[in-house]
Amino acid sequence: MREVAVLGVGQTRFGELWDRSFREIGIEAGLQALVDAKLSSAQLGGLFLGNMASGSLLDQEQIAPLILDYAGLARRHLPAVRVEGGGASGALALHAGYLAVASGLYDYVVVGGAEKLTDVPDATANQITSATADHEWEVVFGATLPALWALIARRHMHLYGTTREQLASVAVQAHAMGSKNPNAHYRNKLTLEQVVGAGPVAEPLGVFDCAPLSDGAAAVVLGPLETARRHTDTPIRLAASQVACDTMAVQHRHDLTALASTREAAVRAFAQARRAPADVQVAEVHDAYTISALLSLEDLGFVEKGRSGPAFAAGEFGGSGRLTVNPSGGLKAQGRPFGAVGVAQVVELVRQLRGEAKDRQVSGATLGLAQDVGGTGATSVVTLLERAN
Amino acid sequence: MSVARFWRETPRRYNLGGSKCTTCGTVYFPPRSVCPECTSHRQSIEKMVPFQLSGDGEVISYTIVHDAAEGFEMQVPYVVALVQTVEGPILTGQVVNVEPDGVRIGLKVRATFRKLREEGKAGVIHYGYKFAPAEESGGRRPAGRTGTVPATEAPARDRAPA
Repeated sequence: MREVAVLGVGQTRFGELWDRSFREIGIEAGLQALVDAKLSSAQLGGLFLGNMASGSLLDQEQIAPLILDYAGLARRHLPAVRVEGGGASGALALHAGYLAVASGLYDYVVVGGAEKLTDVPDATANQITSATADHEWEVVFGATLPALWALIARRHMHLYGTTREQLASVAVQAHAMGSKNPNAHYRNKLTLEQVVGAGPVAEPLGVFDCAPLSDGAAAVVLGPLETARRHTDTPIRLAASQVACDTMAVQHRHDLTALASTREAAVRAFAQARRAPADVQVAEVHDAYTISALLSLEDLGFVEKGRSGPAFAAGEFGGSGRLTVNPSGGLKAQGRPFGAVGVAQVVELVRQLRGEAKDRQVSGATLGLAQDVGGTGATSVVTLLERAN
Repeated sequence: MSVARFWRETPRRYNLGGSKCTTCGTVYFPPRSVCPECTSHRQSIEKMVPFQLSGDGEVISYTIVHDAAEGFEMQVPYVVALVQTVEGPILTGQVVNVEPDGVRIGLKVRATFRKLREEGKAGVIHYGYKFAPAEESGGRRPAGRTGTVPATEAPARDRAPA
C-alpha cells in the first residue's frame, strides 16, 4: 500500500439550487478539483461518486457514468463507480478512491459527492432520507430520522443530564461558523432562545436542531503522495481512512447513546495514523442533528462519554480550545446534501490545513479529522488528513 | 409498500414472533437467522428457534413526533418510544391510550394490536403493534403464550379485523 494525498479540491455552493441541475453541480465541483490539482484529464484513472438516492430523488440511476459523460470523459471510457452508504456515501466514496490509489491500481482519481434534495417536496425528501433508517422495524412504526435521533437525545439527557440548552448550543455555534463560509446554505446567526423556541420536529428536537435539506456537490483529486509536489505546494496526506458499521436500527444497539461505528472507525483511524484525538486541531463532525454532534464528539474520543453537552455549551469546541469543530458551519449551517457531505468535510479540512480558509482559518492546524455518518450510525467513516512537510 | 412486502411480516407485526438462540439463549425481535452475540456466530446457524414475546415492557426513551412519517400525518402529535421488553429485545413503536405529555421513561406498557397507517384512500391498511400503559390495561395482548415455539410450528397468523 502506498501513501495517498489530496491534490485538489472543489465545491459548489450548498443550498436550494433551483436553477442548477444535478449534472451541472457534479461537474462544477469535479472540474474545480481537477484544475486545483493541475491535473490533465489524460492522467485520470477513474471517478468514484458518493450519492444516496438519485433514483428516488431524480429518477436517475447510473449517475457515475452520467457525470463522467458530461465532464467530457466518456470517450476515454474511464471507470466510474457510484458508492452508497446513506448520509455517509461521500466519505465511503473517498474510502473507495483511497483504496484505488493506495493499491496502485490507479494513480489519480476524482472522488465526488453530489445530491439534489430540493427538486422534490420536503415531505418526499424527508421520506427518502428516512429510508437510511430501518424501514421495516422503525419507519413502518412511525419513526423518522429526526425521531430516532430524538430517542437517542432523550436517553442521553436521562442518563447524563444533558440539557435542552446544551443541545441548542451546537446549532448556535454552527450558524456562527457558517456565517463566515460563502458556500454555506445558511449564513444567518442564531441565538440560543431562537433554537430552543423553534417549532418542534420530534421532541426534544426542534427545527433548528436539524440540518436542512440541501443541494450541493464537492470533489477532491487523490493521487500518490510521492508525486504530489508536481501538483501542489501543499499536499495533504490522507493519514487514515476507516469505515465501521453497526446495527441498522437504534433498538438493536447495546448502548443507545453511543455511536459504536464511529468509535470503532476512530480507533482504527488513529491506529492507522499513529496519532491520538489530542493531536487533532480541526474536525468536521456529523451535526445533522444537535445530538448527533454531541454523540460524535464523545465517540471520536474528544470528550468523555456524557460530558459533551457541558463542554460544548462552554464553548470548548468553538475556536478557543485545542480543537475547533465544524469551522465550515457543519451540516447544520453549511448544509446537508447527503451524498456530498463527506467529501465537503474533506474539502474544508484541506483548505484549513493548507491555510486557505480565510475568515474561518483555524490557526496552525496540521491534523484534521472528518467523520461522516449514515442513518443513525449503521455506517461511520473517519478520515484523518495531515499537512505533509 | 406492496401488499406482499407487508403481508409476509404479519407473524412478527401482529403476533410479536421473534427468535431465540439455543446456543446462548439471547432473544431477538424481529427474528434473526444468525446470532450476533455468539462468539463464534457460525455456531448459531440453524440453531435459532421461534420465540414469542409477551408484549410487556417499559419505555426507555420516547419522542413526540410533530413532523410525521409518511402515512402518519393524521396522527400528529404522536409518541414513538423505545420499549424494553421483559424478554430483552427493545422495540420501536407508538405509545397510545395516553396523552403525549403523560409518557415518561419508566412507564410500564403492553403491546396492543392497532392500525398503523393506510396507503391513501384506496391503498393497503397496515396493522401491527403499538404500546399502551399497562396499568390501564388498555392494551390487549397481541397473541397467546410467551416462550419458545417448537421449531416445527409456525407462529399463528392473525387476520386483520374487518
